[in-house]
Amino acid sequence: MPDNKSPQVTPSSVAGAGPAVTGGLADTAAAGVAVAAELAAGTDKQTSTEKARSLGQDAWRELRRSWLFWASGILLVLLILMAAWPTLFTDVDPRQADLRNHYLTGPQWSHFFQADWFGYNVQGQSVYARTVHGARASIIVGVCVTLAVTLVGGIVGMLAGYFGGWLDTVLSRLTDVFFGIPLLLGGLVLLQAFTNRTIWTVTFALTAFGWMQIARVMRGAVITQKEADFVTAARALGAGTGRILFRHILPNVLGPVIVVATIALGGYIATEATLSYLGIGLKDPTVSWGVDISASQKDLRDGPHALLMPAGFLSLTVLAFILLGDAVRDALDPKLR
Amino acid sequence: MGRFVARRLLQMIPVFIGTTLLIFLMVYSLPGDPVKAMFGSKAADPATVAKLRHDYGLDKPLIQQYWDYISGLFQGDFGQSFTGRPVADLMADAFPVTIRLALFAFAIELVVGIGLGVLTGLRRGKFLDQVVLIFTLIVVSIPVFVLGNLAQFVIGVKWKLVTPTVRDSQDLSQLILPAVVLALLSLAYVTRLTRTTVAENLRADYIRTAVAKGLPRRRVVGVHLMRNSLIPVVTFLGTDLGMLMGGAIVTEGIFNVPGVGNTLYQAVITSEGPTVVGVVTVLVLVYLVSSLVVDLLYAVLDPRIRYA
Repeated sequence: MPDNKSPQVTPSSVAGAGPAVTGGLADTAAAGVAVAAELAAGTDKQTSTEKARSLGQDAWRELRRSWLFWASGILLVLLILMAAWPTLFTDVDPRQADLRNHYLTGPQWSHFFQADWFGYNVQGQSVYARTVHGARASIIVGVCVTLAVTLVGGIVGMLAGYFGGWLDTVLSRLTDVFFGIPLLLGGLVLLQAFTNRTIWTVTFALTAFGWMQIARVMRGAVITQKEADFVTAARALGAGTGRILFRHILPNVLGPVIVVATIALGGYIATEATLSYLGIGLKDPTVSWGVDISASQKDLRDGPHALLMPAGFLSLTVLAFILLGDAVRDALDPKLR
Repeated sequence: MGRFVARRLLQMIPVFIGTTLLIFLMVYSLPGDPVKAMFGSKAADPATVAKLRHDYGLDKPLIQQYWDYISGLFQGDFGQSFTGRPVADLMADAFPVTIRLALFAFAIELVVGIGLGVLTGLRRGKFLDQVVLIFTLIVVSIPVFVLGNLAQFVIGVKWKLVTPTVRDSQDLSQLILPAVVLALLSLAYVTRLTRTTVAENLRADYIRTAVAKGLPRRRVVGVHLMRNSLIPVVTFLGTDLGMLMGGAIVTEGIFNVPGVGNTLYQAVITSEGPTVVGVVTVLVLVYLVSSLVVDLLYAVLDPRIRYA
């Protein structure tokens, strides 16, 4: 929306705000302001997007050279495929149980992609099929929580950082209040209220107690950026608050937020699995790694494969997201190199 | 210094009230009736239900209940659990166990984490650095319930090196395995954090100055480098102590440690509102005090920071 408005807004604001500033200032300074204003004005339409793109391009160039990025990227593409179209990997029904023939039978490592590849669990269900189908719950929860947390935390952090004053005090104390309750504990108490728990209730609970870190990062980043010259220039040109926030400040503070969010994504997946493991996250008809690990832990002696396979995939997923986050951080923040 | 502490203490009040209110509202506005649950499957006598409700103050509005709770708290009264035991009693049983476990885990991550972090930070890119880096990545990505179950199975059941579960929480040797499992995740973070800051500060001007004026390496690393590198690590460790105490839900469950995590988990599952609120209140206090201590430690570590 701001994109459409920019051609009309910028020329008028140059004309309107420019002379008003010039009146109070020495000529050279005014010229400087004008130049800055013109730059900022131009930025709105083309240079800003070009600049943002060039930062993105820079990061992309850096990312392409990192083996971490490729390794985690390929792993994640596989896992996302698994979550989206599990039938690509197996046509066995994960809920099909054959207790008489398959009770805890061990894996057949040479039977690639077949029902008995990873063996059978205590219900006589194919561990391979369940592991493949379990990817969906974890990935959806992880991605949705990350998006929601970024949105909520981002908005809170931006408002607190930009407006300051009493709003900052209130929002910062609110952040502190939520910070006092650990994610797992808050999720436990909140989810206890729902008897019919789905992926979405779990997402909601994790978002409710997960947004604070992003809010703090965002607030800090906005505070450092809002005094920058280009913001002053934009304001001098008469840009509105929304425009300054979303078109000028947001692109500049997105980097650290993206990094924190990507690294946290793996953590949300692990927390979802932990909640399911504690019997208070997802429940049985839903196929999920946490549910399977929880169900098979008492048979660890007789059939360790029923625990190790979903646990291994869970760990791989978390690892992939952490590595991706590391790679993105290295690409976006040259200081850390 | 005194004024700084006073100001911080004042700032804690709204956070303390907010957090306890939040957990109170969450616990008590949940659906499900704890009083009815006391009767099990039997039909409840309405008069008895009404009396019990009145005794626990559940017939008052929520805010009034919260006010009563907080004013009781200031007189050291944590209320009574629905089983009739004072919550303070329950906590007096659970907290010593958890404090022992948490301090044990804390000591491990402090010594091993900072030690490994400094070693790898000083020798970046060397063999040890690579090994430790891979180790930390593995630890971070394996969820604690998998790690705990595996460690218990392999070390406790198969190799019989330690008892698989904790039978006597006074016996520190039985707490070794749970403490290591509890510490590992934070240990990985501490290691990576220390490694990064040490490597960064190694290039700082004041280190070059210290070396140039001929100080022995031990002093350069031990005093100049460490003091500055520890600031982010101390920040992390400060918030982590509270996490170790409250976040031990999974570890305590696996190893059957009768501590706070276990108590809290049971209380949440059985809708024991007073116990949940009581334990969380104490945990919030621990968190607030440790973040104050962290702030004070900044001044000790960095001579540029002074609190007037």
